[in-house]
Amino acid sequence: MKKHIFYALLALPLIIVSCSKNEDDTPEPVNEEEVITTMTVTLIPKEGFDAGTIILQTKDLDGDGPNAPVISVSGNLKNAVFYTGSVVFLNETESPAENITEEVEEESDEHQFFVTPGGGIADIIGIEYLNNDSSGNILGTQFELNTLGANEGTLTFTLRHEPKKPNSGLSDAGGETDFEASFIVSILE
Amino acid sequence: MLRKLTLLFYLSNIIAYSQNCNNIFSGKVIDFHDGSPLIGAILVSNDSDILVQTDLEGNFIISNLCEKTYVFKVSHPSCKEITYTIKIDGDTTKKLRLEHHIEQLNEVSIYGESNDENSKTFLENKISTETIDNYSSNTLGDLLNNLSGISSYKTGNTIVKPIINGLHSSRIIVINNGVRMEDQDWGIEHAPNIDINSIENIKLIKGAGLLQYGGSALGGIIIAEPLRIDVKDSIYGKTILSASTNGKGSNVSSRLTKTYSNGWFASAQISYKYYGDFNTADYILSNTGTREKNASFRFGFNKFSHGLELYYSNFNNETGILRASHAHSAQDIIRAINSSNPLIINDFTYNINAPKQKFSHSLLKLKGFKWFNDFGKLNFQYDFQRNKRFEYDIRRGSDKYKPSTDLKLETHSIKVDLLSSLSDDFKLKSGISGRYQNNFPDPDTGVRRIIPDYDKFDFAIYAILNYYLSKKILLEAGGRFDYSYMDVFKFYKTSLWDSRGYNILFSNIIVNELDNQILTNSKLNFKNFSATIGVNYDFRNNNKILFNYALASRIPNPAELYSEGLHHSAARIELGDLRFNSELGHKLTFTYLKNKENFKFSINPFINFIKDFILIEPTKIEQTIRGSFQVWEYKQTDARLAGIDFDLDYILNQHFSFNNQSSLVKGYDLIKNGPLINLPPVNTKNEIVYNNLKLNNLKLSLQSEYVFRQNEYPNNNFEVYIPLSETFELVNISDPPESYHLLNFNSSIDFSVFNKSKLNLTFRINNILNVSYKNYLNRLRYYSHDLGRNFILNLKLNY
Repeated sequence: MKKHIFYALLALPLIIVSCSKNEDDTPEPVNEEEVITTMTVTLIPKEGFDAGTIILQTKDLDGDGPNAPVISVSGNLKNAVFYTGSVVFLNETESPAENITEEVEEESDEHQFFVTPGGGIADIIGIEYLNNDSSGNILGTQFELNTLGANEGTLTFTLRHEPKKPNSGLSDAGGETDFEASFIVSILE
Repeated sequence: MLRKLTLLFYLSNIIAYSQNCNNIFSGKVIDFHDGSPLIGAILVSNDSDILVQTDLEGNFIISNLCEKTYVFKVSHPSCKEITYTIKIDGDTTKKLRLEHHIEQLNEVSIYGESNDENSKTFLENKISTETIDNYSSNTLGDLLNNLSGISSYKTGNTIVKPIINGLHSSRIIVINNGVRMEDQDWGIEHAPNIDINSIENIKLIKGAGLLQYGGSALGGIIIAEPLRIDVKDSIYGKTILSASTNGKGSNVSSRLTKTYSNGWFASAQISYKYYGDFNTADYILSNTGTREKNASFRFGFNKFSHGLELYYSNFNNETGILRASHAHSAQDIIRAINSSNPLIINDFTYNINAPKQKFSHSLLKLKGFKWFNDFGKLNFQYDFQRNKRFEYDIRRGSDKYKPSTDLKLETHSIKVDLLSSLSDDFKLKSGISGRYQNNFPDPDTGVRRIIPDYDKFDFAIYAILNYYLSKKILLEAGGRFDYSYMDVFKFYKTSLWDSRGYNILFSNIIVNELDNQILTNSKLNFKNFSATIGVNYDFRNNNKILFNYALASRIPNPAELYSEGLHHSAARIELGDLRFNSELGHKLTFTYLKNKENFKFSINPFINFIKDFILIEPTKIEQTIRGSFQVWEYKQTDARLAGIDFDLDYILNQHFSFNNQSSLVKGYDLIKNGPLINLPPVNTKNEIVYNNLKLNNLKLSLQSEYVFRQNEYPNNNFEVYIPLSETFELVNISDPPESYHLLNFNSSIDFSVFNKSKLNLTFRINNILNVSYKNYLNRLRYYSHDLGRNFILNLKLNY
């Protein structure tokens, strides 16, 4: 009797192995939803200032693939102007493009957007953030930028995820960098 | 049919009348485990007044037996008596087996060990059950660190991978109760999924010599075994309760075993671990808690001549990854490296949030064996493993609580092994095995798969011969052939496909072209040969020389072949290569052992030449919307590793003993002419132990652990542009941390309680001086220091 059980058990694995192969369908593609491919910052001169709207954009459609981001600045800034700035983050691997800014603003407590001038314009650009998160700390996706001189330099835009709030700026905010892009800009008279 | 039987019955009766009583029953009485002859064994047959004893070669001869069935009681000092029912039919010869008693329940059984199963030309390092019990709340990697030649590659302190002679991951084979672990070991942050409390013995071989388990162990083989089952009526158990101050957590483990003298047994074991954030000497390591729930169950019978065992185990773990280690770009890494403390430190909590890992491993094993008198012991084993791994990242929006990685790896394997004695001096181990494996990365995560869908088939055949040239010299030789076939479906980003030139090389594997991705189906096959040759020489009393040459070959793992994208936890982009072929390693290991009454030591140098060694190294910087990332690419080169391990045990007097353990390993990329990355630095451990058997077996020990700075490492530093300061800064990821010295204290005392039970109390202090240090082999060293002082109390009850 025990012998029969013994041999029967030996046969069992053969059944199991033959039943295991059923993954014959080809796998489905994954289209990453969280990826930010495109950031567009729009600077609109405030009422009464005679200057043009500036659009700064960076687009990296292959995400962490080998192609470098494509950077563009539509024009030059003008001295002594107050601009209202806003940023839009998109995932353009989807069609229609997904607006990630909405998610960032929904999770405002966990995000913060920074605008940092550098180089020759570090001391001649003033930034004031206009929108806050649900706890009253800065969110920064809407901001005011005013120019205080004429020179060439860089404007860096950074989106941090889960930064320490409140903070005194990028140096002590911490968190992870979800987005960072620098643009070379000129302020003309 | 009935008519034939009746006829046979009449015929047999006729034969019975003219019964022949001139038959001889002869044979040998041998030890069940190693086949050695049992001298002076007694055979008694009460109803026939027969009593014989075996001679100096274990042989016996009984004459004048009739052609009928006799019942013989066979006995030998320190063996359990067995009743054999023998049917005498003409002159009959039989080999009768007896089993030596296994020693006490609590100790490692050296006697009665299945010596047939393992290599004798490799130094077999063992860890005692007592030490394993002390590590009840730790990981397997932590426990193995106790052996010379083994280091740990860590991601934090809860994810620990063993490194043997400088090699780890796919270059090590881990055997858990006879099952080769298939638990995604290709991952740099994937530790072996084994519950330390289900193990009773651990053995380590620093080479590929145990060909029955595989041919790919370029580093070595770790064998974890459960409790040995005694064949007697008994019920016994063990419960361990452990608590630690660092992590403010505890671990509970309990096992109960019931055995019967007829060979049946059942054993069940469960364990549970609960830890919160750990801490360094100065701060809390936020989000480093861990939870574990495991259970295992064994059931079967062992009737010496044949047996069957069913084993099931379930392992579940959830572990937090240091919150501050989640860097997204090179710029983030710079901030972390430049900060003396982690950028995120919160108050202590037991909560585990993202980033975290969650994995489970289910294992089912069915094993049977049968001794066939003429050709040996036949083993049959079927095992099934299901490994599920979830990795949770910091995500945004509706995907916030979804894992970024969801892998399911299922493996079925069948193997048949034969252990036979071709003669008294020749022993042969041979077998065949087959395996089917399927990997399913769930696309529901919304994150591109890090490892693709694949089906893998393996087939292997091996033979190992042991030859006793003399009583003191043993020769071993073996060979193994492995065939592997992989059927892989992988999505590539079109931009990467083109940039790597795959559009020219591999256009034939394209199945589907989508918007910005390509689906490919590659079918790879590998044929590999591995071998072992060794000598074991006993000389001049208590001296032993072991020498072994092992040829190992390893097929590239899925990460090496198919990596293609950002590896979040490493903050770098990793690229594999479809063109890789198998690695081939030649390892020469030499061991000299000296074993005197109060002094024993072993010295174990080795050299390992690996052709087509696969490693990963940085090649360029890539700009993405998150900032810059260093791109690391896998490549094949030739490598050479060499080192030496040293162990010493010195008994000073009745109470004091001293031991030392040191190891060194150096490895080089021979083509690039530079050192290999992540090699363990030279380290040495010294311990002084006080033991007083009369004082309830009180043990006190002080251990000094000194780890040197790794002074040979590749320079993988790179520069990134920091837009805010408009400067280029060096990301120094290569410089190893300074050397460090830790002092550990261990104490233990035994009490007899509840009639036959034994209570053992262990109190340990790790890092007594609360030293703040960084470990070169801890991937999180850029972000934090290693563990601070830890007080650990263990209560163990054996009943």
